[in-house]
Order: sequence, then C-alpha cells, then structure tokens
Amino acid sequence: MTAIPSRHKSLVLLAGVILLQVLLLAVQIKRDSQGRLIRSWTVGAVSPFERAGSYGFGWFRDAWRNYFALRSTRKDNEDLRRENDALKLRLAQLEGKAAEADRLATLLHFRQSQEDVPMVAARVIGGSAGTASQTIEIDRGEHDGIRKDMGVITPDGVVGKVIEAFPNTSQVLLLTDRESGVGAMLADSRIQSPVGGVGEPLITMKYVPNDDDVNIGERVITSGMDRIFPRDLPVGTITEIKPGSTFKQIRIKPAANLEKLEQVLVLLTLHPLKESAAPAAAPAASNAAPPQAANP
Amino acid sequence: MNSAFDLRIGESHIEVHKFRSGAIVFSALLALVIQAWLPLHFTRASLLDLPLLVTIYFGLSRRNPSTGLILGALIGLSQDSLSGPTVPLGLFGIAKTVIGYLASSIGARLDTEHPVARFAVTAGFFIVHQGIVAMTRRILLAQPEPWFNLHLFGAAFLNALFAVCLFLLLDRLRRPS
Repeated sequence: MTAIPSRHKSLVLLAGVILLQVLLLAVQIKRDSQGRLIRSWTVGAVSPFERAGSYGFGWFRDAWRNYFALRSTRKDNEDLRRENDALKLRLAQLEGKAAEADRLATLLHFRQSQEDVPMVAARVIGGSAGTASQTIEIDRGEHDGIRKDMGVITPDGVVGKVIEAFPNTSQVLLLTDRESGVGAMLADSRIQSPVGGVGEPLITMKYVPNDDDVNIGERVITSGMDRIFPRDLPVGTITEIKPGSTFKQIRIKPAANLEKLEQVLVLLTLHPLKESAAPAAAPAASNAAPPQAANP
Repeated sequence: MNSAFDLRIGESHIEVHKFRSGAIVFSALLALVIQAWLPLHFTRASLLDLPLLVTIYFGLSRRNPSTGLILGALIGLSQDSLSGPTVPLGLFGIAKTVIGYLASSIGARLDTEHPVARFAVTAGFFIVHQGIVAMTRRILLAQPEPWFNLHLFGAAFLNALFAVCLFLLLDRLRRPS
C-alpha cells in the first residue's frame, strides 16, 4: 500500500476537514423547494448516472425489441394476415346468414300471424332470362300445392303471381312486368282501379278519374276483385300524380322490394288476410322455426 | 532574528515557537468570548474578527499546517456555534480552516515576526477569509454576499492594525526558547 508523502498529508487533511464541514453545511441548509442541500447534491450527483443508465437500458431494450425480438415478426405478420382474411370471409358469411335469418324470421312471423291462410314459403332461385320480362323462379312447384295464377307476396306486400307451375319449381310474374296486373284500391278513398307494371321499377294505377281526390303518399292495397289476391294486401305507395286526358297518371312505388327478393310466400287461397300482418313485429318471431315448417 | 523581517528559503532557519500550556485554548476561548460580547457594547467592534486574528497568529507561530488547519476549524466552528441560527455550522469553520492552513504554510516559509509583515499578512488573510465566506454563502447557501467593498477594506485595515498590537500581546504567551 502506497504511503502518502508527508508534505501531502496536511493537504489531504485540509481537504478532509473542509469536506466534512461542507457536508455539515449541506445537512443544515434547506433551499426553497429543493429540500435540504445534501439531498439536492446527492440527487445532482446520482441523477447523471441514473439518466445514463436509463438511456443505456432503454437503448438496449429498444434495440432488443425493435430488431432482435422481431425475427419472427414477418412470419407472425403473415399468419395474422391469413387469419384476418379468414375472419373477414367468415364475418361476411355470418352477416349473410344473419340477414337471411332476419328475412326468414319476418316471413315466419307473417306466416304465424296468418295461420288460417294456407300459404307456402319459397326461396327465389332465379330471375328473368331477359330484360323483356320481369319474372323470378322459386323452388316450390306443383308438389307443394302451387298452381298457376296463385298470388305471391312478401310480408311487405304483393310480389306478383304464378304464371307457370312445374313439379318442383314455379315461375312468378312480377308486379312490374308489362303483362302484370292486380286489382287494387286506394286505402283512404277506397277508389278502385287495376294496377299494372310498365317494365320499370314503378307501377301505375290506370283508371282513376281526374275528378277524384288522390294524394301523394297514399297507400294502395289489393281490392280482391282479381280473384288472385285477397283484399287489403299492401301494393305500394303513390309517388307521382299527373292529370291525364280522362284519367290521372298515378305512379306507385311497390311495397315489396322486387329488386332484392330472396324469400317469398305463395298464397294457396283467395281468402282475405287479417290486418294484423305487420312486418314490424317480425323480431319477436326471430327465434321461431324456419318458414318451410309453415307449409300446410 | 525575531525582530527582523527576513525572507528565508529553507525551513530549517524558521523557528517554531512553543506556548505555555493552555495558552492556545485560553486565547481562542477569550477571543470568541470577546468577539461575542464586545459588539454588544461597541458597534464598531463588529469590524474586528478576533478569532481570525488568533487563528492567524497561532498558525504563523506554530508553523505546522495540520495543527493550524485543525485549530482554524475548531475556532471557526465555535464561532459558528456562537453566531446564532442565521450562521450555519461550517461557514466560518471552512474559512478559518483554510486560513489556519495557509498561515501555517506561510509561517513555515516566511519570518513574520516583524510588525509590517504581520500587518500585511493579516490584511491579506482577512481578505482571503472574507472571500471564502462570500463564496460559501453565494455557492453553497445561495445567499447574496458582496465579494469585497470599501467597508470590508476598512475592516481589513483595522484588523491588520489591531493584529500588530494583539500579536505583541500573544508573543508573551510563548515559552522562552
């Protein structure tokens, strides 16, 4: 062990005595908002090392997390992307099934509310082969009791009528077809007039005299006079009224969404339907059996 | 030799004075007591720093840096203790420790027996002492303190002048060689 030279002993002693007194001062002195001076000094002396250590550790941690620990990230990312794609597909399927379930529930509720009216639920399996006609094809036919000229509806309103019944399928002429027609009347004024298609999304009411009072937004319902549809089925809502030479030119928006049909009901009778048939109550029957079970 | 203002290069030519037993302690205590008592009756007496003068004297006479700095530390800490709560322990202790060390170191190299030498050395040490106190207050205590002004210059002159007389009195406490 190296001995301190004698001429330096007094210097070391001086430094020691001064240091002790400085520490004594530091213990006594309390600066504003910084606590005791000894604490301030200690923090000041230690904090650079703490900061350096923190930075060093942070740098090492970041380097580890951002570089070395990411070796398997590419594979994980690909796996997650695949899983995400699969989940998206699954979600789309479930959304489709949920929508179908809603539609079927509506049909079922409508069917249950008309228990005394024989009807059969059918799925739309095809559309028109060309633009000249407005028809659909359903998956029920003569084996299910379907015959020609039977009415086809949805809980929203009239769809059309069966123009051809095959053993297992049927062809339905939509209300918008030029050849289509249904006996109808205005719900408020009870003015009767046939309604027919013109090959466009809107249908027309043809024989309402100019003198009769008709308002836009008035509901049009079936009159039962055509012997196809029972009375009081929703046909549509008046959207446009123009005066003609003798009769008004009235355009009606069909109550049923004829452009997006997926399930329909085929009426097996001409008995009038009850007024209580309302689509709004459909969710209450959403847990009921599928509409096929309602086949009489 | 004692009465000459003589610059010596070698330490072997400087005489180390011995004092009667208890003289140093008695002188230091007396200086502290007077320093605490005198300004109560004579306001101007606060310009004097008797503990500093005692520290300088015994440092110059004993010519041992270790003894000088320890004596300075003890006298300074005692002065701090007697100075009330506004003066923290260590303020004068640090300053007088340094002065004790410097006085002993200079005393070992210079013959400071001549009154002019004592006057000059005391004035210089008073200024250094005041500088250390001011630095301690400014840096460690964050208190405003002037480094030096005309008032302190006058105090340095007064202390140096008083030291010449005081040191002659203290010389009587020496043991005859």
